[in-house]
Amino acid sequence: MLGLLAQVTGDLEGLATIGRGLVIGLAAIGPGIGLGVLIGKSVEAMARQPEYAGQVRATMFIGIGLIEALALFGIAFSFII
Amino acid sequence: MNGSLPAIVAQFEPPTTNDFVWDCWFPGLNVGSLEFCLNFITFLVLLGFVCMLAFFFFALRSPRVVPGRLQSVAEIGVQFIRENIAIQMIGPQGESFMPLLTTFFFAIFFWNIFEVVPGINFSSNSRIAFPLVMALIAWVTYNAVGIKKHGFVGYSKHVLFPPGAPSWLMPLLVPIEFITQIVIRPITLSVRLWANFLAGHFLLAVFFLGTIAMLQGGFTAIFAPFSFAIGVALVGFEIFVSLLQAFIFTILTASYIGGAMAEEH
Repeated sequence: MLGLLAQVTGDLEGLATIGRGLVIGLAAIGPGIGLGVLIGKSVEAMARQPEYAGQVRATMFIGIGLIEALALFGIAFSFII
Repeated sequence: MNGSLPAIVAQFEPPTTNDFVWDCWFPGLNVGSLEFCLNFITFLVLLGFVCMLAFFFFALRSPRVVPGRLQSVAEIGVQFIRENIAIQMIGPQGESFMPLLTTFFFAIFFWNIFEVVPGINFSSNSRIAFPLVMALIAWVTYNAVGIKKHGFVGYSKHVLFPPGAPSWLMPLLVPIEFITQIVIRPITLSVRLWANFLAGHFLLAVFFLGTIAMLQGGFTAIFAPFSFAIGVALVGFEIFVSLLQAFIFTILTASYIGGAMAEEH
């Protein structure tokens, strides 16, 4: 790792490549936790109240859509770097 | 590093954003610095449009009481959008938004599914322009509906002043509400669709090009089946994502329209 860093020092293209990887990885952490909490709680709600499963699922997909956008912003910005 | 890895590195060209740029087929129309012409992407948009028209034409050409296979697919789709999206998100007035929502759902689905159609393998939604135009249509619709229902002043109040918040918080809340509801919404709506298919195209390209590179790399050919299996699984995942993104775009549009039409609580 250090040897790799030493090689790319002074080479902006290499640093940008590392930055791209970091952006995607870091941008995936928060939405990953968020999706876990959201889907876990939704499954719990569906198990407790199976008659509201359809409503919970629709709301869950809206939430997935909203959270997922954050991770996808990371992918989009990694190409701009 | 053993001997065969440099060979792979030499053969494997990772996909870049240049894969999404296509040349014009014919000389186009130049307006300022913009060039309007027919290329592969605009052809895909037209093809998706024709597919959607043909699907509904053949499905509902001679509707029967006992539906045939194609007719029942179309009817299940329209019924799903009506009951699970329009009525649930907007309420009884959701009926009048059925044409918009149905068009969004089926058009986005047909444009998305080209990502996994053999021989095409490219979705027009992996260019930001098309999701952005659809998001702008949704933006204009929900704002127009809200202004028509509450009047311009009433709608501004409805959007900018969240009910029940203490008045001393308003200087902080009004800019936040303006940015989230007016500025960010069309951006997230379009970026979500676009980035999904950008990332999906990259994933498929990496695994299938990687399979080819490993097959040609001597002893690394024993790893090629794993890469190919993941590629095949990702094709299935992309079909799921095509449906899910069409659903999410439609249901979010419906929920924005429903939010703009909601009464004050």
